This record gives sequence, structure tokens and C-alpha cells, in this order.
Amino acid sequence: MAFAAFGSSPAKEHKSSTKSSKIVLALLLPGLVYLGLFFFTPLMSLVITSLEVPAASYAPGAYEYGFAWENYVEAFTTYLPQILRSFFYATVATVIALLISYPLAYFIGVKLRPRPMLQRLMLVLVIAPFFISFLLRTIAWKQIFSDGGAIMQTVYSLGLMDRSQHFLGTDAAVIFGLTYNFIPFMTLPLFTTLERFDVRLLEAGSDLYASPARVFRKVTLPLSMPGIISGTLLVFIPIAGDYVNAGQNFLGSSKTTMIGNVVEFTFLQNQNYPLASSLSVMLMAVIVALIGLYVRSSGTEDLL
Amino acid sequence: MKRLTLGKLTLPAYSFLAMAFMLIPIVYTIVFSFNDSKQRTNTTWQGFTFDKWLGVCKNPDVCQALGNSIFIGVVSTLIATVLGTALAIGLVRYRFKARALVNLALFLPMATPEVVLGAGLAGLFFNAGVGAGMTTVIIAHVVFCLSFVVVTVKARVQTLDPVLEEAGRDLYANPSQVFWKITFPLLLPGIFSAALLSFSLSFDDFIITYFNSGSVETFPKYVYVLAAKGVPAEANVIASGVFIAAILIVLISQINGAIKRKRMLGK
Repeated sequence: MAFAAFGSSPAKEHKSSTKSSKIVLALLLPGLVYLGLFFFTPLMSLVITSLEVPAASYAPGAYEYGFAWENYVEAFTTYLPQILRSFFYATVATVIALLISYPLAYFIGVKLRPRPMLQRLMLVLVIAPFFISFLLRTIAWKQIFSDGGAIMQTVYSLGLMDRSQHFLGTDAAVIFGLTYNFIPFMTLPLFTTLERFDVRLLEAGSDLYASPARVFRKVTLPLSMPGIISGTLLVFIPIAGDYVNAGQNFLGSSKTTMIGNVVEFTFLQNQNYPLASSLSVMLMAVIVALIGLYVRSSGTEDLL
Repeated sequence: MKRLTLGKLTLPAYSFLAMAFMLIPIVYTIVFSFNDSKQRTNTTWQGFTFDKWLGVCKNPDVCQALGNSIFIGVVSTLIATVLGTALAIGLVRYRFKARALVNLALFLPMATPEVVLGAGLAGLFFNAGVGAGMTTVIIAHVVFCLSFVVVTVKARVQTLDPVLEEAGRDLYANPSQVFWKITFPLLLPGIFSAALLSFSLSFDDFIITYFNSGSVETFPKYVYVLAAKGVPAEANVIASGVFIAAILIVLISQINGAIKRKRMLGK
């Protein structure tokens, strides 16, 4: 899916005789055992921890097995604003990322087909941000939008904002940073889908007297759905769990705290492992539900 | 007529603007690696200098962090690439009942927010009495690199023509000869892209590392901790150096691929 852009277009599936179950096992088992141990076990361990109760000693960070489902009630009621904010940021940023990425991916994947060299170069530029520190990119935006920077000075002198107001630390600044950081994850799957798009279908549409807008709505858009869906998942999910952009030392403030910030704080600082775990489990449950919806509509073959 | 040309220009113009926007913080980071900042902070332009590039390791902390990040990146990439390549071949080449389940199991790590995986692993290590350090970071990095390796290599396996392997078998090559002499060399470009991607993911990871590294300093951790006080220009030098090296590798491999394709089509 997403990173298929690194390889090339997919070919037809080939049939192989399926007697070689020993080989399949040898190929798949090591990787699957690894994931079992270090991906699925930690998730299970989170569920167990999320139900734990404070140890009799009441020492910080000491908990024992229990079935305290109240942890979930506490996490939900205490941190409802942060939960809602995380999904609000993720929704807005995903929509903006889609609107920015779609025309770009269409240009690279469809319009640049006659120029493969330029197409490759543009793709390298799309993934270029992956190769420079995510934290430093975010710090760069922070400095660009700082009160003393050229942009804010212009905004102030034009009277668009009062000098007592700041852009950093606002919802808009955090959404800006989140959108910027995750645009490549939207552009790549859109590109992979649009690259295979048969342009003759557009001609067919206009031959049948459909207006360009109607052709887009009835032909192009439905055929780009796989890319839109996988891009949306790949952007929405990491944003919902991000805590760097919203952090006070980056683009956010105490008013932009997201679930990720709360999990970090309750886990690493407060050592309230059950509370941090129940928040993580809730976040994961929403995400698994979203993936479940996707799998029901499209199957698992295009997930990867 | 005029409207048509204008309309035709809108999309390219928009695309180049969008690209330029994406590159702004990259250019900013590189430019500020040449900033002659006297203090530790690097927020205002003080004049051009090569000093920071020539004396990166005069700041021993940042160099130590860089060394750790490279070590973690290389080891976790090696493990993830071996496990992931095997998974990719198994998934494309063989039909089995649990395929859908395996696909899902590989997608989930990509879809799991970093805080969830980071906290989950930290809890697991804590409960198992394993102290956080180099080993736990590497174990954690392999988890999130693995799926990306599978995706990248899978795309390459799908484009392999099985006829080539059949030809090998017809010429009495045994299965291991077929793999090492035919399949593996053909997969190599894909494996290489996957390893590069895996290394960049590992090198740049902050959240999962923060939960599982204990006292081991990595480059992103170094930057994060200093974000409040101000990040020194040496950090920009390292990020810019890594960026330029990675982009050169990608460009060379892309051009190489294009030349090979042309040669094959020419024949």
C-alpha cells in the first residue's frame, strides 16, 4: 500500500502449488513469533495493567492484579476534554492533509506519467521530510512562527492580530504542525492508487457528455477510494496518538494537551500505570474499530 | 483557448507550491546548521560559518547520541529486514488459509499509536524485570520497522516473474541455488529500499524510544530534552548531514534503476 511507491506497480498474482507448507512456516514463523512476543503481548499486558489496583504499600508505581474497571471510568471522565481534543485535531488535520495531498498526488501519478524522471524526482521530494529529524522540523516551524519572527511581525504590523496574541500554543498551530508532519503519509498511498488509474476512463466519461466535475465525482473519486481510505488511516491514527506537536516545548501549550501527552505524563512522571494503560487501551479500541470498518468494506489484501 | 492554458497551469503550479511548502522546514534546518550562534541556542541568525560542521564532536553529548542512534538503527534494521523479507516472500508466494489474519497482524503495528506501543512495551519490560537500555530500544524498534519492511519488499516480490525461477529449476538448480542465484538478486533493490526506510524510521523515532531507553541517549531524545532551552546548531548539522546522505542514496538508486530499465528496453 503506502510505501509501494518505493517499488513499482503491482503485477498479476501468480498461482503456486500449496504443498510447501513447511517452507511457508519457515518463512512466516520467525516474524510472527517476534510480533507475538513484542507486539501482541505488550497490548495484552496493557489490558491487564489497566485493571490493576494500587498495592497495599501505596508506594508510587506499585500496583497489583485486580479488576478495577473503575480505572476506565476515571480515565474517561477525567480526560474527556483531551480525548475529544485529540480526535478533533486528528479529524481536522486529516481532512486538510487530504485536500492538500490529492491534487499533488494526481499531478505526480497521472499528469507526470509521460515524464518518468520528473515523476521519480517529485516522489523523492514527497518522502524527503522522512529523512530529516521530525523534532527539528517541528522546532523549525516553531521558530518560523515565533512572535519575533518575520511572519508574526508582518501579521502584527498589518494589524491582523493584536501584539498580545500569539500563534504558537493555539489549536491552529498544533493542527498546522500535525498536518504538515503527516502529509507524506497521505500523498504516498494516494499516489500508488492514482498511478494505476486508467485515464481512458476520463475520455469515456466526457465522450458520454459528462461535465469534468461529474467525471471527477463519478469516475476519478470512486476509483481513488482505496488510496483515500488507506491514507486517512495512516494519517488519522498516528495523529490521534501524537504528543510532540501539542507539547508545550513545541507548537502547543497547556491548552492543547492531547491523549498522548496525558499518557506520557501519567506513565513516565506520575507512574500511574493503570490510568495510563486504560487511556491507551481506549485509544487502541477506537483505532481497532476504525480498522475493522475498513476491513469489512475492503478486505485485508490492500491493507499492506 | 486562453482559459484552457491557464487551467492547465494551475495543477503544476499548485504542485510545485505544495512541494516548496513541504521543504520549508528542511531548508530552514539546513540553513541554521551554518549559523554562527555563540550560545547553545540557535534561534536567531548570527552570520555564516562552517565551524559547526567541522567541529560537530566538540559537542561530545550530541556525538555520543548520534553514535547510539546509528548503532540502534543498524542493528534493528538488520533484524527487521531479515524477518520482514521472509514474511514478504511467504505472503506473496504462498496461498494459505490464515493469509487475511497475517495481513492484519502485520498492519496493526503500523496502525498502533506510538504512545500505545511505547507504554505497552515499557510495561512488559517493567513487569518482566528487564531494565530499559540498548536491548529494549532495539527490540522496540524492530517491532515498528518490521511491517514497513514487509510492505516495501512485498511490492517487489509481486513484480517478480516466476518464469525466471522456473527456468532455473528446469536447468536443475536446487531450491537454495534458485533462491540465492535468481530470487535474491532480483529482490535486492526492494530489500535495499526497505532497509533504508527502516533505518530512517529507527533513527528518527522519539516516542517509543523515550518510553524504553532508560538512560541510553539517542539523537531524537537529545533534541527533545533541549527543545525547551534551545537546540544547539550541532544538532542541525547532524540532521542535515543525515538528510543529505539519505537523499543522495535515494537519488542514486532511482537513477540507477532508470538506467537499467532503459538498457533492458533498449535490448
